[in-house]
Amino acid sequence: MSVAAGLTGFTAVVRRDLVLYFRRRSEIANPLLFFVMVVTLFPLGVGPEPDRLASVAPGVVWVAALLAAMLSLETIFRSDFDDGSLEQLVISPQPLSLLVLAKVLAHWVVSGLPLVVLGPFLGGALFLPAKAMWTLVLTLALGTPVLSLVGAIGVALVVGLRRGGVLLSLLVLPLYVPVLVFGASAVHTAASGLPVGGPLALLGAMLALAVTLGPPATAAALRISLS
Amino acid sequence: MLIHPFEENPVHCRLMLLSIPLLNRGAGGSRPPSTALNMSLENTAAPQPPTDFVRLEARGLSCVRNERTLFGDLSFSVGSGQVLQVEGPNGSGKTSLLRILCGLSLPESGVVHWDGAPIQDVRSEYGQALAYVGHRHGVKGELTAIENLAFGYALTGGQPALRPSEAMARLGLEGLEDVPCRSLSEGQRRRAGLARLLVGQYHLWILDEPFTALDRAGIAAMETLVREHTARGGMVVLTTHQNLHLEGCALTRIGLPR
Repeated sequence: MSVAAGLTGFTAVVRRDLVLYFRRRSEIANPLLFFVMVVTLFPLGVGPEPDRLASVAPGVVWVAALLAAMLSLETIFRSDFDDGSLEQLVISPQPLSLLVLAKVLAHWVVSGLPLVVLGPFLGGALFLPAKAMWTLVLTLALGTPVLSLVGAIGVALVVGLRRGGVLLSLLVLPLYVPVLVFGASAVHTAASGLPVGGPLALLGAMLALAVTLGPPATAAALRISLS
Repeated sequence: MLIHPFEENPVHCRLMLLSIPLLNRGAGGSRPPSTALNMSLENTAAPQPPTDFVRLEARGLSCVRNERTLFGDLSFSVGSGQVLQVEGPNGSGKTSLLRILCGLSLPESGVVHWDGAPIQDVRSEYGQALAYVGHRHGVKGELTAIENLAFGYALTGGQPALRPSEAMARLGLEGLEDVPCRSLSEGQRRRAGLARLLVGQYHLWILDEPFTALDRAGIAAMETLVREHTARGGMVVLTTHQNLHLEGCALTRIGLPR
């Protein structure tokens, strides 16, 4: 299989998935709405004092982003599994890892990227200091792809089960914790005016690890789910 | 490595107006199951390029589902220009067999060979040669039939055959190019799924109940397609309860026991 043919399959999957997500917008809008609602409800719950909100803002935004990412996870493979498209992906001559990466990329564009874009607005609503804004955007930009890539492994494992939702949370949530810890702590550190190189580098390392090891693991899990 | 047979001599299929029971089960495993077919191919006068001898071979397949043996030690071989019809009552493992042949699931024991090598080792070549239309035919409801076909073709990335619109016309779907498949009837969706067979040059068609939900005209169109495919040197493995009208094809039946 030549590189060009592999790229054809990759771009075909990305394009098709983006078209599909666009045609069922509501499915993908739901987690985003959840993200916005959780963050905006927080001031009502803990009180409107700017100092208190600013101190919890990094954690709140990150927890909400993490849960929103998890809510949208099942859309990666569910409909493809139900209508048989997944079988076609598996038996196609293209490397399955590459096709999986394409699917995760398309999914991140519609579910993770909006979180990155919305992040600073919601951070602002929680009085997050302006000097921490860029760090928030950076951590989300590095962290949400990890959430999608790691989550894809979990979805691939449970997609054949009828009620895999609970199992999915149990599988995936522990793997999300490091991303949450380093993401939120980087924003905290930035808000205190300290250098954030360390946690950002660790998030970058997690992303590198997830991009290289996630798709093959997902591909293997898909083959198991389908057999 | 795999050269598609579509430009090649269509005569040899006609020369083989025979149906050879290939079911070689149980103790008789010493004789290679494909001897008779190999001989008949050698007897054809026209010189055949070596690709015509690309074969799909199952050797000693067995399948166990829910601790029940569906079939055991099943061996057969399909060559160019041949149709293999898998028969058996519901629950006898027809779909399981086809999924094993596709490489989607693993047999309990035995191997499937494509062109002399286990399919797991030649995944890329096999994937390019194989078109599988299963129970769930892989048609996306949100996409139009054209978009579905274009994607199906992009995925296999081999040589193009018919344009998506032409493939749709062959299956009687003219005028439905812009309709999302969700709004099509069940039979029309099935036709759209089957049209995928025509957009790429696939050597081997594996069809799981392809006639389900098709009307009479659809069945006739599909039978014509199978005839044309085998005449070009292609091979077809299918399950159906229908009586096939495949005059001129080398049709082989294997039966799976209950």
